[in-house]
Amino acid sequence: MKRALGYDVQGALMTAPEATPMKRRHLRADALEAVSGYLFASPVILGLLVWVIAPMIGVLLISLTDWNVLTTPAWVGIKNYVKLFTTDLYFWNTLKVTCYYVVLNTVGITLYSLVVAMLLNQNIRGRGIYRTFFYLPSIVPIVASSALWLWLFNPEFGLFNMMLQAVHLPRSLWLQSPATVVPSIALMSIWQGAGNTIVIFLAALQGVPRQLLEAVEIDGGNWWHRFRAITLPMISPVTFFNVITGLIASFTIFTQSYVMTTGGPNNASLFYVLLLYREGFQRNNLGGAAALSWVLIVIVSLLSVLVFGTSRRWVYYEGEQG
Amino acid sequence: MRLSAGRAAGWAVVYLVLTVGALFCFLPVFWLVRSSAMTLGDIFKYPPLLWPAHVRWQNFVEAMQASPFLLYFRNTMIVEVPNVVGALLTASMSAYGLGRFRFPLRGFWFGLVLGAIILPPAVVLIPQFLLWSKLHLVNTFFPLTLPVWFGGGAFNVFLLRQFFLTIPKDFDNAARIDGASYWRVYWQIMVPFIQPALLAVGLFQFLYNWNDFFTPLIYLSAKSTYTLAVGLRFFIGSYATFWNDLMAAAVIVVVPPVAAFLVGQRYFVEGVTLTGLKG
Repeated sequence: MKRALGYDVQGALMTAPEATPMKRRHLRADALEAVSGYLFASPVILGLLVWVIAPMIGVLLISLTDWNVLTTPAWVGIKNYVKLFTTDLYFWNTLKVTCYYVVLNTVGITLYSLVVAMLLNQNIRGRGIYRTFFYLPSIVPIVASSALWLWLFNPEFGLFNMMLQAVHLPRSLWLQSPATVVPSIALMSIWQGAGNTIVIFLAALQGVPRQLLEAVEIDGGNWWHRFRAITLPMISPVTFFNVITGLIASFTIFTQSYVMTTGGPNNASLFYVLLLYREGFQRNNLGGAAALSWVLIVIVSLLSVLVFGTSRRWVYYEGEQG
Repeated sequence: MRLSAGRAAGWAVVYLVLTVGALFCFLPVFWLVRSSAMTLGDIFKYPPLLWPAHVRWQNFVEAMQASPFLLYFRNTMIVEVPNVVGALLTASMSAYGLGRFRFPLRGFWFGLVLGAIILPPAVVLIPQFLLWSKLHLVNTFFPLTLPVWFGGGAFNVFLLRQFFLTIPKDFDNAARIDGASYWRVYWQIMVPFIQPALLAVGLFQFLYNWNDFFTPLIYLSAKSTYTLAVGLRFFIGSYATFWNDLMAAAVIVVVPPVAAFLVGQRYFVEGVTLTGLKG
């Protein structure tokens, strides 16, 4: 049957006078390519539908209900959102704490990585070894580094306070004081998270054309002029990539505070995802947790739009009119 | 070649800052290893000992006795193997489809892939959890292993697609004209070609699952199903005063990924670089 059909189609191609066979064959090849492309891409397309799109709609619907797992969900409209923004005890605090962390972490990682990458980009000896050292912390699993930094931060016997004491500086409470807990976690996260950023910056710096830098040098410019006029604009797309990924990754910090501080002291490290987890999995308030999820989607989208929107002002793309 | 005094001072600053930075990175790791082999008496001394006066391997034995780390290791590997295989296979297939075929809505799907990279996993957690619990699969390894077979994660698809774009189109065309099917082009030409990127993806996926704490915390509440990350978390909870045993337990969790990194470092760096530069 199949063969007969194939024969017929071919017969039709041969006999149809006005349709050029070449064109038909092209159409068939195009169709085959499209179907094959869809088949190859089908895992990720299905994945997007099943694990991203459907749950996003699901979480939106759940956010409009009052539901605590055991009861049947009751439709309440936007009540959960109103509650978040008005009477919720933790929401504004958690936003403030999370933003504080996001700024410290993103600025810290970006500056630190850029400086390290620029130094590594000099004609230095042992660059490979240095790079391994700088990358090493990002390989340590976060739970393990949380255990380690709990020990380093220990106010009585930890390494950091011993070092401070050795140079006669006042000790710090680190994770145990509301004033220092977020900067402490940010310090740990910079240690842990800079590896990728350094490697990406370093590759970008190696792509900066040497002639341009030399031209500035010939004109009598110093390292700052070279950096300001050539390097910074040339690597700005990569800076842009690093800042976006940094902002979003740091907004969803969870493990460090869950393991080291459980959000304390006095909710000073109650980060956003930790609050979401608490609402959903410890208080069984599915509606409230779902509303938090959607607010987070909006925040992340806004952050991306904000960075994309302002990127024209500070990102230089080669080949674009300056 | 003679350096001027200013130049020499400049180099000194470069090496000094780099060395301080490298120490900042390395010192905590060193402190972890050093503390893991100390007696409780030595660990609390001031001024601190740089190296254990009496090396105490017993800490590792105690850690293994207190917590079934071998079982946790087995569980972690049960999660790792299907994840790495699934990510390699389905991410490379998807990336091949998105990168080298023309079909309707391709741009739309690729845009969704980019969006999914930005989307924090936490926001779709609640409906996903409800789905798995409806299927009675909470406390099994399915929620941790099945999803990766759907495209292997948006990030991996993106990375591999970038790699596919660097291969000249003539490669497929030549093979196609010789009568090879698309599957053969993928399997016999493309896969060998992108091997370095596949190694990077395999390493990323391995490290990601080794590191992942959130997903097993949500789905695995029975102690017998804990992975190393969750197991270590509960160890911290109950052993917080026995710092030497706790550090030994952390070393057990740290060694495999660090070893994997040191072996595959080159591919790793290439992989990271590719995502950042073409992103």
